Amino acid sequence: MSTILSINGKSYTVEVQENMPLLWAIRDIVGLTGTKFGCGVAQCGACSILIDGQLTKSCSMPVSYGIGKEIFTIEGSSENLEVLREAWNDGNVPQCGYCQSGQLIAATALLDKIESPTDKDIDDAMSSNICRCGTYSRIRKAIHKAVELKNQKA
Amino acid sequence: MSNIHQVNRRDFMKLFGLASTGIILGCTAQTAKKKFSPEINKDFFAPNLFIHLEKNGNITLIASRSEMGQGIRTSLASAIADELEADWKYVAVKQATGDAKYGNQNTDGSRSVRTRLEPMRKMGAAAKMMLITAAANKWNVNESDCKAENHYVINTISNEKIFFGDLVEDASALPVPNEDAIQLKKVEDFKYIGKTLKSVDLNHFTHGTATYGIDVRIPNMKFAAIARCPVTFGTVKSFDSTNAEKVSGVEKVIKIERKKPGIGQQFYGCLGGVAVIANNTWSAFQGKLDLDINWDFGDNKSFDSEEFKKTLTQRVQKNGKLVPGSRGNVSTAFNNANKVIEATYHVPFLVHAPMEVPNATAWYQDNKIEVWAPVQDPQTARAELAQFFEIPLENITINVTFLGGGFGRKSKSDFVVEAVTISKEIKAPVQLVWTREDDIKHSFYHATSVQYLKGGIDEKGNVSGWLQRVAFPSIVSSFKPLSDYASGFELGQGFTNNPYDLENFRLESVKAEAHLRIGWLRSVVHIHSGFGNNSFVDELAFAANIDPVQFHLNLIGKDRVIKGKSDYPYDTKRMKDVLNNTSKIADWNKKRPENHGMGIAIHYSFYSYVATAVEVSMNDGKVKIENVWTTIDCGLVLNKDNVINQLEGAAIFGLSIALFGKVSAKEGAVEQNNFFDYQMTRMKHAPKIHVDILDKMNEKPTGVGEPGVPVMAPAICNAIFNATGKRYRSLPLIDEGLI
Repeated sequence: MSTILSINGKSYTVEVQENMPLLWAIRDIVGLTGTKFGCGVAQCGACSILIDGQLTKSCSMPVSYGIGKEIFTIEGSSENLEVLREAWNDGNVPQCGYCQSGQLIAATALLDKIESPTDKDIDDAMSSNICRCGTYSRIRKAIHKAVELKNQKA
Repeated sequence: MSNIHQVNRRDFMKLFGLASTGIILGCTAQTAKKKFSPEINKDFFAPNLFIHLEKNGNITLIASRSEMGQGIRTSLASAIADELEADWKYVAVKQATGDAKYGNQNTDGSRSVRTRLEPMRKMGAAAKMMLITAAANKWNVNESDCKAENHYVINTISNEKIFFGDLVEDASALPVPNEDAIQLKKVEDFKYIGKTLKSVDLNHFTHGTATYGIDVRIPNMKFAAIARCPVTFGTVKSFDSTNAEKVSGVEKVIKIERKKPGIGQQFYGCLGGVAVIANNTWSAFQGKLDLDINWDFGDNKSFDSEEFKKTLTQRVQKNGKLVPGSRGNVSTAFNNANKVIEATYHVPFLVHAPMEVPNATAWYQDNKIEVWAPVQDPQTARAELAQFFEIPLENITINVTFLGGGFGRKSKSDFVVEAVTISKEIKAPVQLVWTREDDIKHSFYHATSVQYLKGGIDEKGNVSGWLQRVAFPSIVSSFKPLSDYASGFELGQGFTNNPYDLENFRLESVKAEAHLRIGWLRSVVHIHSGFGNNSFVDELAFAANIDPVQFHLNLIGKDRVIKGKSDYPYDTKRMKDVLNNTSKIADWNKKRPENHGMGIAIHYSFYSYVATAVEVSMNDGKVKIENVWTTIDCGLVLNKDNVINQLEGAAIFGLSIALFGKVSAKEGAVEQNNFFDYQMTRMKHAPKIHVDILDKMNEKPTGVGEPGVPVMAPAICNAIFNATGKRYRSLPLIDEGLI
């Protein structure tokens, strides 16, 4: 059936079953491939997106859940995501890069909620995202760095 | 494989046949199929396959190794750029397709920099010579009065300069210099080598725009998933696809036959099963779940990994096959020893689980195959497609995408063979995607191992005898059935060449059959040898009542260089240097809180020297890894931050092995499913990691991607022993209730 999805401020009319997970609708139907498939069971966070600002594992939420809401993916832009990108680049964080879309979205959700997260906040917020390459210590540093960059800009 | 064939342009066609043995310095970027024309190209300067300079100064450098997180696209390009005296801001990197003309592209064994650095430097240096000659001709001065610097050739007499882009036409007309005329820069003149250049792909990674295999989109492509037999090499007896075909989006269901490589052939074939083809990935996955398949489970149906562990544990208590390299007489040593210690260690089967699952996009049409896939070894993928589909090699194109992690899994091209099989059958381009469950249940597994060690300590606390019996299914079994003992190359990974000075040393190989497909995983057999050797040395040190760092130093022995078969002799001083350095940066002798423990491990692998210290804390019987200190001597460093990044990653990878990694099988089928039961290190488990690289810029570069892994599990277990007095000899630690 025909459904309208609003992604990164843009409207997409798509022919899609409403029980299809948002991940696959976004990747295979809409064609935005920055959001990644990692596990399909909300265990790794590679598919992280924001729905009305809430961090969501898109592999485990149906299209119907996203209808009428604002979906935000790695292809989008926000103040916190941009400053995180800058910090990620500054710290040369990614290795293979595959999980980093999800890491950046999870970190965006964290900064949206907590202005200056502690290490414990980072542990709590980022432990649902797996990085098999093991870039955790750089991600942690980059989140702190992003706060620093943001304060400098303020 | 590092030889370069220097050719003049007119000899290009004649010599092209040599391309398979190395890299041709003097050919253009044209393919072998096209006739080479001596006509001068006025628009770009492409003195070899790896360099393409345009008039606007932009340079495209070709990456001939697969990018899977090790930063190879950046680092190999920087080696070319350094010798070329290129300004990095003009450099773009393009990925090579799988083709022998680029030299060996097999991205594993931590050898890309070791084997490719010098050829890449020569590519850059040769191009620089031609640019200098072109400029010297313009100025009518000697080449020795010119130098290249930051994308310009400078006339050192007049201080005039010409931009590289403005030399394109003239340089293109020049002959390629002979290899022996090429002079490489001195270490002190390096501009990029040994420094840090950030990944050229950073912006793609942080914007979700890097194209991994799974992101490839071809017009009109289909999506597919395959149901494979839960038991390795089981086959489809019959199947009912009625329900699967009712799933919205599913278009077709077909049976896939197993493709079996010839015995001894280093191909991977594919397992076979039932493929569901749909118009999107999810429908293919759903359709697969709705298949009703009647399997013939075959010969491996009774395999039980717990029983197998017991069997191997019993076998290593008895004599195995004596391995060459054994020396002295351990029996006498044990008889005369002050103390004799025995221990048995176990590592389970492991799986790579790269974040990007195996996948491939293939299009078989008109006796041609084109593939887009995240492969570590595109040439093998190409060669096995040529064989299985009886299509000439030149009609097969393998486009190498970014790899969302590899770790050895994507060396095996079974998923490519599967995708091409489906495309041929349905006569359309198709993307095959493995589910995570497929990845966990149908891999080429890192072998399980059991080792028995027996050591004697004399009255001075020295190790007087060392007996080691090793049992693990061999990688060779995947290519040659009934290979029931470890091969020589496997034992050469830390067993026959352990880093210690042992007068009485006996190594025995014990039978271990394969019931799963056995492959290799980051650092391979070193995971076993590193765990056994370092755990046991720690046990001996405790028995001898000597500090473990000192005990390792004693055991490495006096300074000496041991020549092996390779060009990389083992230098005991370099091993002691990394150990002493780690002891220093970790402040090894510092007094720590009561519930903390320190553990040390050393390992020599991929010709690099690594020593790692780990600090753990124990709270309510649970372990937390607080700190990791690692020192590496990997000879010349190409990209400093890449090395640090790789060692940080290796520490996390090794931590996953120590804490969580375990694949088990019952009734022939792998029991784990996904990340909830095949767990790995997460942010909350991640320790602080301190990496130190010894400055050895005048030594040859050696491995970086893997050597940081084997030290982790033993260093952690030794640290737990130091904190608690309890010794853990079987991995993973989550099974011991420690997490």
